[in-house]
Amino acid sequence: MNAPNQSGWKPEMSRASDDSLNNGPATTTGKRALMLEERLLFEIGRADVTGVDLPEPSADAPNRLGGLDRAEPIGLPGLTEPETVRHYTRLSRQNYGIDLGFFPLGSCTMKHNPRLNEKVARMPGFADVHPLQPQETVRGAYEVINELAHWLIELTGMHGVAMSPKAGAHGELCGILCIRAALEARGDAREVVLVPESAHGTNPATAAFAGYRVEDIPATDEGRVDLAALKARLGPDVAAVMITNPNTCGLFERDMKAISDAVHEAGGFVYCDGANFNAIVGKVRPGDLGVDAMHINLHKTFSTPHGGGGPGSGPVVLSEALSPFGPLPFTARTADGVVHLVEEESAEEFGHSQAFGRMTAFHGQMGMFTRALTYILSHGADGLKQVAEDAVLNANYILRSMEDLLHAPYAASGPCMHEALFGDKGFGGELSTLDLAKSLIDEGYHPMTMYFPLVVHGAMLVEPTETESKAALDQFIAAFRHLAERANAGDETMKQAPYYAPRRRLDETLAARKPKLTWSEG
Amino acid sequence: MRYLPLTDADRGEMLSVIGASSIDDLFVDVPEEARLDGPIRGLPMHASEMAVEKHMRALSKKNLAAADAPFFLGAGAYRHHVPSSVDHIIQRGEFLTAYTPYQPEIAQGTLQMLFEFQTQVARLYGCAVANASLYDGSTACWEAVAMAGRVTRKNRVVLSGALHPHYAEVVRTMAKFTQDEIADAEPAIQPAPDNAGLISRIDDETSCVVVQYPDILGRITDLGPIAEAAHAKGALLVVVNTEPVALGAIKAPGEMGADIVVGEGQALGVGLQFGGPYLGLFAVRDPKHVRQMPGRLCGETVDAEGKRGFVLTLSTREQHIRREKATSNICTNSGLCALAFNVHMSLLGEKGLRALAADNHRLACLAADRLAKVPGVSVLNDNYFNEFTLMLGQDAREVVHKLAAKGVLGGVSLGRLYPGAQRLSQCLLVAVTETTSVEDIEALATALEEVLP
Repeated sequence: MNAPNQSGWKPEMSRASDDSLNNGPATTTGKRALMLEERLLFEIGRADVTGVDLPEPSADAPNRLGGLDRAEPIGLPGLTEPETVRHYTRLSRQNYGIDLGFFPLGSCTMKHNPRLNEKVARMPGFADVHPLQPQETVRGAYEVINELAHWLIELTGMHGVAMSPKAGAHGELCGILCIRAALEARGDAREVVLVPESAHGTNPATAAFAGYRVEDIPATDEGRVDLAALKARLGPDVAAVMITNPNTCGLFERDMKAISDAVHEAGGFVYCDGANFNAIVGKVRPGDLGVDAMHINLHKTFSTPHGGGGPGSGPVVLSEALSPFGPLPFTARTADGVVHLVEEESAEEFGHSQAFGRMTAFHGQMGMFTRALTYILSHGADGLKQVAEDAVLNANYILRSMEDLLHAPYAASGPCMHEALFGDKGFGGELSTLDLAKSLIDEGYHPMTMYFPLVVHGAMLVEPTETESKAALDQFIAAFRHLAERANAGDETMKQAPYYAPRRRLDETLAARKPKLTWSEG
Repeated sequence: MRYLPLTDADRGEMLSVIGASSIDDLFVDVPEEARLDGPIRGLPMHASEMAVEKHMRALSKKNLAAADAPFFLGAGAYRHHVPSSVDHIIQRGEFLTAYTPYQPEIAQGTLQMLFEFQTQVARLYGCAVANASLYDGSTACWEAVAMAGRVTRKNRVVLSGALHPHYAEVVRTMAKFTQDEIADAEPAIQPAPDNAGLISRIDDETSCVVVQYPDILGRITDLGPIAEAAHAKGALLVVVNTEPVALGAIKAPGEMGADIVVGEGQALGVGLQFGGPYLGLFAVRDPKHVRQMPGRLCGETVDAEGKRGFVLTLSTREQHIRREKATSNICTNSGLCALAFNVHMSLLGEKGLRALAADNHRLACLAADRLAKVPGVSVLNDNYFNEFTLMLGQDAREVVHKLAAKGVLGGVSLGRLYPGAQRLSQCLLVAVTETTSVEDIEALATALEEVLP
């Protein structure tokens, strides 16, 4: 099953001589052809310049600012439009994005962002409407929310959905607060939330925020929840278990239904972290596995762009037991076909008087809803199922093409789901996962997720997604194998990688020791 | 399907490399009974770009876009002209399709932008340090309350009655689970806010006082005395701003002693978008509080060759390192909205921001004067920036619907924001920006004259 050594690399083939590529004459500007260094806005902008044409303020205009006029300079330099476009275009070229190449960041689902979605989100009827417009002027917007809500419920086999959470972690919080509200409604104060060690950091942070004590769920040697140990720990103090399925080791939790049954029997609830829903969308419905709440990262499975760190969107699907406690506002369709926004005032009329409260000022990430709905309708039932299958196929192809060279801790136990997990066991010399990751940058790739999950030493989590072609995967595998061979051989030149990125390794210790978080002169 | 590059031949070859005979072999760990045996109920098969666009366009046409009507809504979301280059820049794939900058060597574009953004926000707010954004103003408001609790180790929160009621509701919701005690009140309907009443509610157990500036009724107040009173009791002053353009005209909260300044950044670059995604701004006046801040922070450093570069820093505050001991559970924030804000603010510069603020204020004064001439209508505020409260002498909610029927989006009724509060039901919040024309103001005045008895 092992792929042949495609790279032909041998340990004696040191790469040090490649540095000759860097040895041209120094340039007077410090730039290198298309590599254009760009100074900060505060170094190129001027206080008396603006790129927007506005009327000159008039001294005799009325002033009703209560004597609180801002007299001191604010310190905000301006640029004209051509300078602005150039400044940001140059900055953009120092960034790696999916549009540039393969971005196998595990657990983050960096798939192609379809441009139709961008076009739709910018339609004036969606982009240029105010959240507090009279309901009769925004029925189409409510219909979008309601239609997306409907498909999310159908895709997950759940009972209800809270649409307002602003990102995955906000959705987790929403789900855990629903659980807490449901427990309190039955007068049941519980103190503990169980979270596996392999979980995203947001899980324990969320549970702790909601006032729970966090305890670990033990895992088996093959990377899954230890059902027997979990059962032994369950009791009247356990409010919920938070499980990621497929889990962060890239494996499906085979015992999910049994886990849910055991938790329910003990009076607790099951929270599922839906970050990895992409692997099973259209194939498996979490509701059928006994899940009570699960957030869906629209910016992962449903392709809304990550934007360099957001915005995200984290609707939470809820079981019948939790739905009555979901937050306000939400949309509801009445028998006459009209979709309404249910707010604090109308909650009782719509039979929703137990809402735990409000997560955010308005109704959620409309700009992400329009994109996600467009994505769902584009793929349809057949396309979504194909998404999951191709994502899983691509990940297994990488797993099996690498396992002879890289330690793959769970490969022996069967196929992975949407991501392949490797560890650094077998690296020679002092080489680490970081070195391999930084070397991938030189090869033109965004590195995989590093050092997560915590349960595997030097973890490397590779998630190809379904939007990569076989040719793209083959090229990546060839480069990845080449680097794995060098790492195993202890090639010390990797310790200085990247060589060819806009920056060499950055001094993170210095940044933290003497924080400089804003620009100042001198 | 146009987004899926694998062909059936590819799939077959790949399965044979894997050693699987069919795709089902890769799903063996999914128990039989958990597998969906048919397609998703009711969901049609895949559809062309053209077909989907048509469906979505039909839905969009059911909404009245702000540009298509005289438009006066504010209350936490403001319509401003966004220069064309903003949207062009945020659609560049290198920004749009990047991830959180975990690999700084190939994310300097995002990181330098965030460093510029943090500096702009800190200066706008009169603070020392701002973070790289939160979800929106309301969640930033809650994060400020939570941070004040960590800093002061106290848990009684005094909310101004004139804090946006949805923000107050988010704080009340979260506080239910953190055992913070919330002291709040409805706004007093009077020309100036009741600062004496607010100050009288601060005691030794108070962790923070939360004040909106300009407040929900559009009033502007000197924050200095509130800051002094809070500090005298060992409490922090948290100031919430929902209209950043105002700070091109009125004093910065940090200048007046605010300890944490948070707000909604949507007005610059982001657009209305029916409530989201928006942009949470978060800043502190005193750099000693940096390590208690929530969210990402971008900092300057050097690379191995000594070149200046930027990284995410002080991450030992954050969930991916600190897990249950993190300062917040936030992970993804509003990166692309921060870019939009950053670009719009760079285009404006101080000169443009001040001119924009002046134009907003000029038009708001014009509108207030004209609307005050409508029989039965009066302006509540002594002072305001670009939003003020009209007293209508009858239920403003009904008036809003009647105005909409005439094609005028006339403002936000306080009755919608404070359901059940009878004394607020006659108040209409009216926001005026540079996008409002004199004709729009006349259209609202005329429509009000027709609608009011």
